[in-house]
Amino acid sequence: MADDVVQTVDLAAEYEASGVREVLEELDRELIGLAPVKQRIRETAALLLVDKARRDLGLSIETPTLHMSFTGNPGTGKTTVARMMAGLLHRLGYVRKGHLVSVTRDDLVGQYIGHTAPKTKEVLKRAMGGVLFIDEAYYLYKPDNERDYGQEAIEILLQVMENNRDDLVVIMAGYADRMDKFFSANPGFRSRIAHHIDFPDYSDDELLRISQSMLESQSYVFDPEAEAAMADYIALRRMQPHFANARSIRNALDRARLRQANRLFSEAKGPLDAVALSTITAADLRASRVFQGGLDVDRMREAAE
Amino acid sequence: MRMTQGCFSFLPDLTDEQINKQVEYILGREWAVSLEYTNDPHPRNTYWEMWGHPMFDLLDAKGVMMELDECRKANPDAYIRIQAFDNTRGFETVMMSFIVNRPADEPSFHMTRTDVDGRSQRYSWDARR
Repeated sequence: MADDVVQTVDLAAEYEASGVREVLEELDRELIGLAPVKQRIRETAALLLVDKARRDLGLSIETPTLHMSFTGNPGTGKTTVARMMAGLLHRLGYVRKGHLVSVTRDDLVGQYIGHTAPKTKEVLKRAMGGVLFIDEAYYLYKPDNERDYGQEAIEILLQVMENNRDDLVVIMAGYADRMDKFFSANPGFRSRIAHHIDFPDYSDDELLRISQSMLESQSYVFDPEAEAAMADYIALRRMQPHFANARSIRNALDRARLRQANRLFSEAKGPLDAVALSTITAADLRASRVFQGGLDVDRMREAAE
Repeated sequence: MRMTQGCFSFLPDLTDEQINKQVEYILGREWAVSLEYTNDPHPRNTYWEMWGHPMFDLLDAKGVMMELDECRKANPDAYIRIQAFDNTRGFETVMMSFIVNRPADEPSFHMTRTDVDGRSQRYSWDARR
């Protein structure tokens, strides 16, 4: 080792200087719940920080494998965390630009022979220096159709994940059980992905807090009865099909705002103040079909069964 | 004969690292990068073959370098240039163009004399190996 190489390393100073603290604090502040995910990310950040220090001391030269898989039900914050992960990796110097390119099967797989490779390469070129986020990655592999072009995209991806580890990080996301099947059918992915992070479902209480922070960001508030109605709504919605955690909540709030606007429009006699314009009442929420047992189509299906 | 045209034409050939830095500069100014190649380096030959589409949405030079590697593999004995296109209204033109690959054995220019109108002569040149 040359004399002018740093001989000691101050991890705390590195931690401060790299700006990792801001990302982790942002993670804590902006994401409600998800304790195991936050824990895993903190561990990953520590590992990467130590690894960076080791590289600075010349103890290791290899870039660690950083490809990840995020598994969890829809609406559990996988894309949001992926975006923060891109920022984290950028601050630690593992990716050069730190942007997130979010794609699904349609962006990678072509429709006819010879269409897939250029399409996949185009996406990979765009993702260079950043993070490639493949949502619902298991759709790439369709075992029932042996002529499916997804296989071609998988082969290109595997090659790039191995050869361009310095240039981009691939994060694959999807439902836990289907991702498991996907990985067992494509062992190449399993061995190239170092970090598997599982996203748990939100509890009712967490979803209520999420709904409040969503409203807050749009300058709306619940009145006390509406808050109770929201809690009931969450408990009921969870029992019904197509429940998508935070995404269901966002959609419910969008519809509640719609009803609130309608209510104000039809009921208001005189001028409205800011409070009236930004309060969601219990009536806005209780009108939801969730309280009548869900969508008609789902009810009919259940009756048929 | 050593062909020179575009930016950096009086410098020695750029190394890949230097090309990478130039591309970073281009992307930093939000210009679109494209690759073109030709076997006819005559200065009047403005339109070279395009290698793929211009790349409008890249953030990192690596994507361009990958294309360049592939273009070199397919056309090792061609001239290849990188062009930077500025699509800002008012410019809408190539802002930068430089050669990134040249054949080991470069063609020379051959002059043709043509007699016209009595004792007048016309001269023209073409690249020949």
